[in-house]
Amino acid sequence: MKEKLLFELNSVYRDNMRIKGYSFGEGEESACIVGATRGNEVQQLYICSRLINIFKQLEHQGKMKYGKSVMVIPTVNSHSMNIGKRFWSTDNTDINRMFPGYSLGETTQRIAAGVFENISSYKFGIQFTSFYMQGDYIPHVRVMQTGFEDIELAKDFGLPYVYRRNARPYDTTTLNYNWQLWETKAFSVYTSATDKIDVVSAREAINAVLSFLNKQGIIQYRCHEGFISQFIEGHSLMNVKSATAGIFIRHADVDSRVKKGDVIAEIMDPYTGETADRVIAPQNGIVFFHVNQPLIYSQTPLFRIIPTDDLV
Amino acid sequence: MIETVASVGLPIDEKLMIQKNRLVPANGLSGNEKRISVVTGTHGDELEGQYVCYELQRRIKENIECLTGIVDVYPAINPLGIDSITRGIPGFDLDMNRIFPGLENGSMPEYIASKIIDDLSGSAAVVDIHASNIFLEEIPQVRINELSRDTLVPLAKLLNVDYIWVHSSATVLESTLAYSLNVIGTPTLVVEMGVGMRITKKYGDQLTDGILALMKELGIWNGEVITPKEPIISEDGEVSFINAGKSGVFVPCVGHWKNVKKDGHIGDILNPLTGEINERIFAPTDGIVFTLREYPIVNEGSLIARILA
Ligand SMILES: [Zn+2]
Repeated sequence: MKEKLLFELNSVYRDNMRIKGYSFGEGEESACIVGATRGNEVQQLYICSRLINIFKQLEHQGKMKYGKSVMVIPTVNSHSMNIGKRFWSTDNTDINRMFPGYSLGETTQRIAAGVFENISSYKFGIQFTSFYMQGDYIPHVRVMQTGFEDIELAKDFGLPYVYRRNARPYDTTTLNYNWQLWETKAFSVYTSATDKIDVVSAREAINAVLSFLNKQGIIQYRCHEGFISQFIEGHSLMNVKSATAGIFIRHADVDSRVKKGDVIAEIMDPYTGETADRVIAPQNGIVFFHVNQPLIYSQTPLFRIIPTDDLV
Repeated sequence: MIETVASVGLPIDEKLMIQKNRLVPANGLSGNEKRISVVTGTHGDELEGQYVCYELQRRIKENIECLTGIVDVYPAINPLGIDSITRGIPGFDLDMNRIFPGLENGSMPEYIASKIIDDLSGSAAVVDIHASNIFLEEIPQVRINELSRDTLVPLAKLLNVDYIWVHSSATVLESTLAYSLNVIGTPTLVVEMGVGMRITKKYGDQLTDGILALMKELGIWNGEVITPKEPIISEDGEVSFINAGKSGVFVPCVGHWKNVKKDGHIGDILNPLTGEINERIFAPTDGIVFTLREYPIVNEGSLIARILA
């Protein structure tokens, strides 16, 4: 294991911020794994630190394939993590909206540039990331439709789903998108937690990464095969929104099957405790995402459901 | 007449409302009037537009007989942000100016964005007033995406600003309010002026004069207006950026909107712990300082100034 200082930001009022990468094996830059870019991505940090621990053992056992190397960067934003802020500590900008970065630009552009110049030539790029709304997902690999995406390869993670969605204008400055532009095969892995540690879904994500690297001939690792991933597209999911604001009482969990007409949640009046609204499944399906905050606005997408009527 | 453009229920006994006030000619509408829309408060920490919304309406109401078209004023399209001194949308950590044109069926911010676009579309002109952020002070200026230069520069010249910056297009800016409206043929001018969390009355009065001049040109106002000042118009190549090379406390020694000579002293980044200067900042070129750091604390990379050669 080699610890490499990828970027250091000097500070007047606090310790310098050091972005560290941990690399294993020698030779071709085969795979790079990036964890937390936001200060609340604790699960993402945890997964990377577990992976570093496992790679250290694999390297020790001679199970890194000859001529291949892997680097893991647990976080690029320790300054925000240390003070419990999601975005950059001073100006609130999002490092994951600053790629490929600019070494003469603003602070977070410099951070992105300092990271990206170290990781842009890897063959595979894997990022653990999170969504802007608090909620739980079925673990899945997400690829953005850029014309460079590789769905079949994404299935090698063996996670239940490979999810593809359109790139929107604001996606063009994410790490995933820029990796793809620089010809890295890039994948974002979503697990079911962000600001808390979910050991079970972390283990699933770790296994998925190891299984993927094993299939690409980068490491030698025996593990169960995982799932035969289903491919789904963003527009094929059903959004179930709230008509009413109030306290969100959820009945359906992520990954559960729901039948058309099921009451999958209720909205409770926050003053009288009465049911203000029942949230009904519009079709048969599997819950892919649900929000998890207790108080919700009207117009909030509460669930995203994979329709199953057309599945055999 | 106050109208609600979009309304969303909040969890506990409150409605989030996006409101506008519509001013119409005293003797009613014929149906052929043009409409100007003044929008602000996308970023909750930018307040310069609040005064303009007031002052413009005060002047129109004083001479309502001069109004020959429709004026829609939207003082707060991110009202929760303004109320809570939050730049983005509280609870979502989203920059509202990155979600346009929105989505009728999307999340709360996307839904509101789509309602705002629906309401603004068809205006003869939209003036979208921003106030930089809390870090930088800006001279009154209009920023124009080069793709809309031909339509917008002639309108921008009427706004009585000091400066028009025609900048190159970037994909990420395609989700702004202005881009989304320009693309559907509603001419939208982005004004940047002053500094976050403050009101600079002088700039507000200057822009109000300009909006009335633009209204006159569009046939919405036939009262007295000023002759707009001749703005400097430039493109990206003529703008130099100065970013901090060191972290510390920035203290300028030049004034905003003042001329500087190449290698002239702009200010210093001080170290309050050691009592030393971490970095001395000099002008890379002759020019005029149109953006100047207002917030003293800087990190490596923080923008100190922009200079127009
Ligand atoms: Zn703004």
